[in-house]
Amino acid sequence: MDFSWVSEFWPILLGGLWRTLLLLVLGALFGFALAIPVAVARISPNPILYYLSGTFTTVIRGTPLLVQIYILYYGVGTLLAATPEVRTSIFWPYLRDGFWYVVVSLAISVAAYEGELLRGGLLSVAKGQLEAARAFGMSSGLMFRRIWLPSALRMLLPTLVGDTVLLLKSTALASTVAVVDLVGAANQVRTHTFLVYEPLLTVALVYLIITAMITSIAGLISRRVPQKAV
Amino acid sequence: MMRVSPDDATHRACAVKITGLHKSFGQLEVLKGISLEAREGDVVTLIGSSGSGKSTLLRCINLLEVPDAGTLSVGAEEIRFTPSRGGRPPRLDSHKVRGIRMRLGMVFQSFNLWNHMTVLENIIEAPLFVHGVARAEAVEFAKQLLAKVGLYEKRDVYPAFLSGGQQQRAAIARALAINPRVMLFDEPTSALDPELVGEVLKVIRDLADEGRTMILVTHEMSFARQVSSHVAFLHKGIVEEEGPPAKVFHNPQSERCRQFVSAQHALA
Ligand SMILES: Nc1ncnc2c1ncn2[C@@H]1O[C@H](COP(=O)(O)OP(=O)(O)OP(=O)(O)O)[C@@H](O)[C@H]1O
Ligand SMILES: [Mg+2]
Repeated sequence: MDFSWVSEFWPILLGGLWRTLLLLVLGALFGFALAIPVAVARISPNPILYYLSGTFTTVIRGTPLLVQIYILYYGVGTLLAATPEVRTSIFWPYLRDGFWYVVVSLAISVAAYEGELLRGGLLSVAKGQLEAARAFGMSSGLMFRRIWLPSALRMLLPTLVGDTVLLLKSTALASTVAVVDLVGAANQVRTHTFLVYEPLLTVALVYLIITAMITSIAGLISRRVPQKAV
Repeated sequence: MMRVSPDDATHRACAVKITGLHKSFGQLEVLKGISLEAREGDVVTLIGSSGSGKSTLLRCINLLEVPDAGTLSVGAEEIRFTPSRGGRPPRLDSHKVRGIRMRLGMVFQSFNLWNHMTVLENIIEAPLFVHGVARAEAVEFAKQLLAKVGLYEKRDVYPAFLSGGQQQRAAIARALAINPRVMLFDEPTSALDPELVGEVLKVIRDLADEGRTMILVTHEMSFARQVSSHVAFLHKGIVEEEGPPAKVFHNPQSERCRQFVSAQHALA
């Protein structure tokens, strides 16, 4: 095994790590923010919202993430590139970069998976919890924000952590649209050094460390807020 | 023990007044024209067999159920329910609903403490977010209330780690924290192991002695006899018998009430 390349290529690896973490955090945050309306639509009495949300979830969960990324990047991206107004706009530097297409794809995917999860979580919150909120004069919005959603999230915490780890691994698909994330960085090292295993083993180890960190952060949170013993 | 003499009743302001209240669930008419009144300082107890509509009546008072007809006033807020077409419950003005609920402290049979919050957080939640009380003030009052119900040491514990009796006492503190005009209790001891009933009844008895206005559904007949100023016996959706406890328990006019009271007596 030859790791002498690390001294020369570490800035590339570091940049890759940064981009992987950014994809993870942005994908999770935007995705979760979207998952809430997806879940709410799914339990709403409004049939239009219900079916829209259901169709969205079915389509996104039923197709490979890689295909979604390609459709966004090559399909929508090419469309945008052919529009002069877009090319001259201040957003163009971002719209040309694969990074934001991957963020959007990840967020959509998270919204579909976590939206479905959250829907189940919301439905499993005991009726009495919500009744108490109403009895004390909370409006629907306040009740959702203060009681319903936090209650559901508490129950879902272990699953959400597992899904965040899955999301971390999905970010590796970014390298397929020329984003230099950890895998992209490893590929660059490979083309420069003609080494096969060492760069890949190195990034594999980094992924493992991030996973361990996610899990231990979740452990800290759930120790602060213990699961209900019922 | 009679708490108020009848002649002074008219001098006290009316806290809750219900007239002609009707409520149906589909074809089932559960409340068939109930009228009831609680003046400041009254302890009104609702008794009656299972399914007679006691919980439904209590839930109508804080509008967890929307009555089909009748009027309800809580303090200065009054709502008149008028049946809408198609048999659907009337739509209510959410401001009025909130105004009524802000004056009522509800204690549930199954406690319904919010599980994701500590005891203290449970108690300050409504004062902070519904009543707009400052945090420091809410926390201070919550601590006083916790001391009063004997749970000061448990303030940072999550409900799942409390006994049923402790959870119910915390729930009573939560209801008191909004300074309610009237406390509503729906069988507060029915979900408790027998050895835990006493500690909760003691808290409620203390509230009665302080002159709190309360409407209470209970199956604890001897407790009802001791703390009530007024007892209403519900049967099949109407108030079949009502009056001071001495009258309802010892000299009921209605045959149903007589049977119910003696059956409860035999059970106790
Ligand atoms: N949400 C509801 N939907 C349909 N029927 C209901 C509903 N709530 C109550 N009922 C029915 O209304 C009737 C009265 O119920 P309620 O809970 O008020 O009785 P209760 O006097 O409190 O009885 P218990 O002593 O068992 O608590 C019962 O027949 C019950 O099945
Ligand atoms: Mg009941």
